Amino acid sequence: MESIAKLLQAIPEYDALPELLQFLIPIVTSCVIIFALLALCVLFMVWLERKVSAHIQDRLGPMVVGGWHGWAQTLADALKLFLKEDIVPASVDKVLFKMAPFIVFLGAFAAYVVLPFGASSFVTDLNIGILYIVAISSLSVIGIIMAGWASNNKYSLYGSMRAAAQIISYEIPAALSIMAVVISVGSLSMIEIVEAQKGSFLNWFIIKNPFIFLAFIIYFIASLAEVNRTPFDLPEAESELVAGYHTEYSGMRFAFFFLAEYANMFLVASVATTLFLGGWTLPIPLLSEIIPGPIIFLAKALLLIFIQMWMRWSLPRLRVDQLIYVNWKVLMPISFVLILGAGWMAIR
Amino acid sequence: MEVDYSGDIMTLNMGPQHPSTHGVLRLVLKTDGEIVADAVPHIGYLHRCFEKHVEDVDYAGVVPFTDRMDYCAAMNMEQGYVLAVEKLMGIEVNDRVRYLRIIMAELSRIASHLIAAGTYGNDIGSFTPFLWCFRDREKILDFFEETCGARLLYNYHWVGGLMHDIKPGMEQKIVEFVDYFEPQVDNLNRLLSDNYIFIQRTANVGIMSPETAISYGVTGPNLRGSGVQFDVRKDEPYLGYEELEFEVQVGKGEHGPVGSCWDRYMVRIREVKESCKIIRQAVARLTPGDVREKVPKRIKPPAGEVYMRTEAPRGELGYYIVSDGSLKPYRLKVKSPCFTVMSAFREVSRGAMIADIISILGSFDIVLGEIDR
Amino acid sequence: MTSQEIAALLSERFGERILESKPDDMNPWSAVDPSCILDVCRFVNSDDRIKMDHLELLGGVDYEDRIEVVYVLYSMKHRHRYTLKCRLPREEPKVATVESVWAVANWHEREAFDMFGVVFEGHSDMRRILCPDDWEGYPLRKDYKAPESYRDMPV
Repeated sequence: MESIAKLLQAIPEYDALPELLQFLIPIVTSCVIIFALLALCVLFMVWLERKVSAHIQDRLGPMVVGGWHGWAQTLADALKLFLKEDIVPASVDKVLFKMAPFIVFLGAFAAYVVLPFGASSFVTDLNIGILYIVAISSLSVIGIIMAGWASNNKYSLYGSMRAAAQIISYEIPAALSIMAVVISVGSLSMIEIVEAQKGSFLNWFIIKNPFIFLAFIIYFIASLAEVNRTPFDLPEAESELVAGYHTEYSGMRFAFFFLAEYANMFLVASVATTLFLGGWTLPIPLLSEIIPGPIIFLAKALLLIFIQMWMRWSLPRLRVDQLIYVNWKVLMPISFVLILGAGWMAIR
Repeated sequence: MEVDYSGDIMTLNMGPQHPSTHGVLRLVLKTDGEIVADAVPHIGYLHRCFEKHVEDVDYAGVVPFTDRMDYCAAMNMEQGYVLAVEKLMGIEVNDRVRYLRIIMAELSRIASHLIAAGTYGNDIGSFTPFLWCFRDREKILDFFEETCGARLLYNYHWVGGLMHDIKPGMEQKIVEFVDYFEPQVDNLNRLLSDNYIFIQRTANVGIMSPETAISYGVTGPNLRGSGVQFDVRKDEPYLGYEELEFEVQVGKGEHGPVGSCWDRYMVRIREVKESCKIIRQAVARLTPGDVREKVPKRIKPPAGEVYMRTEAPRGELGYYIVSDGSLKPYRLKVKSPCFTVMSAFREVSRGAMIADIISILGSFDIVLGEIDR
Repeated sequence: MTSQEIAALLSERFGERILESKPDDMNPWSAVDPSCILDVCRFVNSDDRIKMDHLELLGGVDYEDRIEVVYVLYSMKHRHRYTLKCRLPREEPKVATVESVWAVANWHEREAFDMFGVVFEGHSDMRRILCPDDWEGYPLRKDYKAPESYRDMPV
C-alpha cells in the first residue's frame, strides 16, 4: 500500500484532492488488488482440488471446459452459482440468514491485509500483524453460528454447534504454536518475522529450531481443524448431516461460504509459509534475483495447500469426541511444552 | 407410541432420503446431545410385494423378480431361488453348470463386498476407497455383461442350468482379473482398513455379542464378525462347495472387542480374498458341457414344500417354496439376511453417538431392496 | 438329531398337542396346536438335545381353509433343522408371540401381521412393517383385492 501511495503522490493532481480521498484511494486500491488476487487464487485452488482428488481416485477430473484440462471449470461453476435463484426459506431469521455468509467471508478476507507476499508487496505492516490475523479470523465463528441458528433446521444447528466447538478449541494450539515463533523473533509483525528468516535455508524457522519444527506440525494440524477440512470436516459431513450449517444456502450465498473456505485455506497456508518456511525469501543466490518474491511465496503456500488436499482425499473423518480429545489432550499439552522449549532456545 | 419428554431428548429424523442410509430407510433417533437413546428403523419404502407378484408368474418368470431384491448381488439371489426349485424337483445339474454358478456367485460376492467397503469408507469420510472399489467392480461387471448382456440384473440362473455359457477365453480373463485384483485388496487395506482414524471410528463401536447375534437371527459376515464360525457354504454345502478349499473368516477383535464394526468390515475384506481362491479352483475344474442340458421344458414341481438356504454376500438367504403341483408357485417366502440384521439395529445402537449410528449402519451393509422385497 | 428323532421327542413331550408330524418330507415339519406354541418353542430353544437357537423364518401361508404360520428352526449347535406349523382359522387368526424366545421374531411377526392379518398376542409392537401404517387389507391373502386408491392416490 505504501508503494501505491508513493506512486499516486508522483501525480501532481493527486495533492489537490481532499485529505480524505488521499487517504482512502490507496487503501481501496490495495484491497481491490488483494481481492482480485484472492479470487484468482481461489479459482485456481478449486480447480487444483478437483484435479488432485481425481488423480488420487484414479480418474481424470475436469478435462473439457476451457480446453486444456478444464482450467475454466471453476469459472463455469461460479457463473452457474451466480445465476441461480436466490432462495431464502420462509421460516428463517432473515437478517441473520443473509448476514452470515458475509461475516464468515469477512473473517477470512480481512486477514489478508497483513500478509507479506513480497518485500514490498503487502497492504500494510501492522506491528501486531500476527495477533491481528488470529483475532480477525475468529470472527468467522460468529458467522457460522449465525448460519446454523438462522437456518431454523436441526441439522444446521447441530453442524454449526460442532463447527463452533471445533474452531474455538483448535484456536488454542494454533495460537500457541504461533507464539513459539513470536518468542523466537521477539516481534508480532509479519514483516519482521520474515526478515528474521533471511539469509540461508538454515534460518528458516522450521529448520533452525527443533521446537519450531514441532510447532509447525501442530499449527498445520490445528489449522486444518480451523478450516474444517478432513479429517476435521465433521461440521460439513455430507453423509451425516447432509451439509451441516450451510444446508439451507444455495446459489450466491453458498458460493460465499465456499469462497470463504478456500480463502481460509489459503490464509492458513500463507501464515504457515510466513512463520515457518521463510515467507518470500529464497536463499539461492541466482534464483532469488530472477524470481520475484510473491511467486516464491505463492509456490510455498501452494505446496502446503497441496498437502492439505492430499490429506483430505486420503483420510477418514474424526468423530466429534475424538476431535475434541485430540485437541485438549494431545495438541494443547504439546504446545505448552513447545512454548517453554522455544523460549529456552531464544534465551540461550 | 409413547412420547417421552424427559430430559433434553430431541427427536431427529434421518431419511428416508439421506446420503448415508444406503437406500430408503427411515431412522427416528431420540438423541440426548450427541448420545442416541433410541434408534427406531422404519422400513417398507421399497416394498414391491414381490411375494404376491410371483404367485402370478410361472417358476421361470420368478428369476428376474429375485434379481431385484438385492440388486448389488443379483447372481446370489437368483442362485438361491433356482437351487430351491431344483431341490423340489430333484434336478441335478451337470458339472459345468455347477462350477460356472460357483464362479458367478463368487464374482458377485466380490462385487457386493466392494460396494460395502467403498460406501462404508464414504460414510466414514474417506472418499477415495469408494472410487478404487468401483474401478475394480467395473471389471467384474464387464464379465457379467459379456456373459449375459446385463451389468446389474441378469436373469442368468435358470432352473436346471444357465442362460448362456461363458465365452471361450473368458476363464483366462477371469483368472487374470483375480491376479490383478488381489494386490488391490492390500492397497485398500493400507488406505482404509489399517488407517488409525478409521480404526478409531469403528473398532470400539457397535459391539454385537454372539448371543445377541444368534437371537436376532443375524447371519453372514455380520455374524462372523462377532466371532461365530458359521458359513452355509461349509456347514450345509451346496453346488459342490465341499470340494473346494477355502477358510471361513471370523472376526478376531484385533483392534477392540470382538463384534465391533471393524470386525464385520474386515471379515468382508478377508472374504474377498477367499473368494478369489475359490474362483481360481473353480476355473481349474471347469469341464466342457452344455449349460442348458437339464433345463426342463415346463417347470412343474411336485406338490410339497422346500426350504433352501445359500450364502449370499449379506448373509444367509432362505427361500421357502410351497408348491401345489401347478405351474406357478403357491407361496414363495424369502428370508432376507438384511431384514434380520436390521431388526438387531435398535439393540446394537443403544448408547452410541450419532456419528456411530452411521458407522453401525454401514457395517451392517444393508440393501433396502432385500429388506423390503 | 435326525428329524424322526425330533418328531418323536416332541410327541413324547407334548403328546396330543402335536397334531401331525411329517419328519420324512423334504422339509420335515410338525403341526402344533396354536395354544401351546410358546411352550413348544421354549422347549426346543432350551432343550440341549434339540437346541434350536436360530429362528430362520417365520412366515404365513394362506391355504383355502386356514392360515398357517410356519416356523423354520435351526440349531447352530447341532446343525439340524426342523419346521413347526400352526394352523389358524381364517376369520380371526391369533397366536402367541415367540419374541421372548428369539428376538428376531419381533420383526417376522410384524410382517406376518402386515401380510396376513395374524395377530400375535403379547407382541410389544404389533403394527405393520412393510405397508404404510394405515393400509387396509392383508396383501398376501389369496382373496385380497387391491384398493382403488390410497389417500386419494390411485393404486
